[in-house]
Amino acid sequence: MNAPWQPPAGERPAFVSTQPTTGILIDRVRKVYSARKSSAEVVALDDISLTVPKGSILGVIGRSGAGKSTLIRLINGLDKPSSGRVVVNGVEITALSERDLRTARRSIGMVFQHFNLLSSRTAFGNVALPLEIAGTPKAEIEKRVLPLLDMVGLADKRDRYPAELSGGQKQRVGIARALATEPSVLLSDEATSALDPETTDQILELLKQINRDLHLTILFITHEMAVVKALADRVAVIEGGRIVEDGATFDVFATPRHEVTRRFVSSVTGSGAPDWLLEKLQPHQPPGGQAVLRITFKGSDANQPLLSRVSRDLGVNLNILSGQVEMIAGHPFGTLIVSLDAAPEVLRQVIAQLSAGNNLVEQLGYVA
Amino acid sequence: MSPELIRMIASSTLDTLYMVGLAGLFGTLIGLPLGIFLATSQAGELFAAPIANRLIGVVVNATRSTPFIILVVAIVPLTRLIAGTSIGTAAATVPLTIAAIPFIARVIEAAIREVDHGLIEAARAFGASPLQIVRKVLLPEAMPAVTMALTLTIVSLLGYSAMVGAVGGGGLGDLGIRYGYQRFMPEVMLTVVLVLIALVQGVQTLGDTLARKLDKRRIRRH
Repeated sequence: MNAPWQPPAGERPAFVSTQPTTGILIDRVRKVYSARKSSAEVVALDDISLTVPKGSILGVIGRSGAGKSTLIRLINGLDKPSSGRVVVNGVEITALSERDLRTARRSIGMVFQHFNLLSSRTAFGNVALPLEIAGTPKAEIEKRVLPLLDMVGLADKRDRYPAELSGGQKQRVGIARALATEPSVLLSDEATSALDPETTDQILELLKQINRDLHLTILFITHEMAVVKALADRVAVIEGGRIVEDGATFDVFATPRHEVTRRFVSSVTGSGAPDWLLEKLQPHQPPGGQAVLRITFKGSDANQPLLSRVSRDLGVNLNILSGQVEMIAGHPFGTLIVSLDAAPEVLRQVIAQLSAGNNLVEQLGYVA
Repeated sequence: MSPELIRMIASSTLDTLYMVGLAGLFGTLIGLPLGIFLATSQAGELFAAPIANRLIGVVVNATRSTPFIILVVAIVPLTRLIAGTSIGTAAATVPLTIAAIPFIARVIEAAIREVDHGLIEAARAFGASPLQIVRKVLLPEAMPAVTMALTLTIVSLLGYSAMVGAVGGGGLGDLGIRYGYQRFMPEVMLTVVLVLIALVQGVQTLGDTLARKLDKRRIRRH
């Protein structure tokens, strides 16, 4: 008997990990809004495929109108794709009836930009709502809600109404509510976009902690690269309804390939040249002009004294015009823009030496 | 004023309260579900039924645009069928209720449409059924507005109830017309108007207070 080999139940060989039965799988999804009297057909999402392995965090970034809101609403079936499949925890969301979908949604929590809390219910009442909807007995609800409020740091605010809470506190209630039915997947729809920077950091820290402690799969959408940098393991860049780039967060930051990605990345890493410099840049060397280089440090090289070594070895003076070094997904990542006065031959040597290891060196042009 | 007259004013006040109370109660029992339906049944909404929505909308508009005094005489056969008679306080309750239903339906619809759409979206995301969304989200969130709407209804019904005096409906309006106007007793007319003013004032204050208690959207200082 030559039965095809089957992996034993409960075990998965590494090579099928792109098709996880847990986490989120989005498979060749298309969403088309059909033409109406005055408007042509609109393709909101075009051939989107993404996987979010269990316990990981995927950030989907895009400008407004790129299709990210449509995408997140397909995952819990608030909207249906025109074609393609969405599978969450091994359940094919796109194949469920409305009734089964309601049950499935209990294992998918969702957090909203504008919190969407009921003004008529206290913090406790809001967190209890999904449990009431699921038909959980009253005693059980009490037992589940209190630890959740405690976890988000609002145990003392249980009887406050949303109007009595700050934006950050409201979002904490929103997060506790999303976790009430003990979901395995959390969707975040611009959860920090309505918050100030400090509160944003606190909410992101809370989401990270939840991801660690509860081993929760998180998919979030945002238009801010800083949020991706702080939270995502992997990132997908969406533009015009298509995924134009995706990969590990650090790689996308270090080597953005698509124009849109580059713009997003430069918004937080300072890798874009400052405006005053761009105005002065010339493609050819003017008399007495200096060459301008952009050096991108990745990984372990980011904290080596590379510049001073080059300066010493080749006898050139490097003038730092702008720069930034920071941590992305746990790795140091830096960008420096320098100018130097060197003969073409020396310049080549400088570039070669700086490019050693993992660094990326680009010549932007010349300044007078 | 004679004790006889005072007794008449008291009993007319009770008649008015009885008519308005019953019409308000039955009007709400039918108008509330109707209002909820109107607010949730357009295309793409919770109980999408655009055709039924439009049909009910037409009937509601038609009833509302019929002048009340014409409605009263036009539905006399129906009144006789329900109340057994077409004159008196019980009979007057029937046209009052018929007039209250579309009024209540429209003000409830407006109150429910005021609820932030994001809350419906959130409830759906947590697996709520359309009926659960109405019970646990729309009605509780619209409660302050619903209270104001019902207060407005009661005040309007107090005005309408004065008109049913014209068909022998009883109540304060009837008393004012028969004694104050036809028998030329200005003190009766004045008293009737004062009692009505006091009733409207009382109902409005009660409604305002209740709505304010129910409204949790304003920050309370502790």
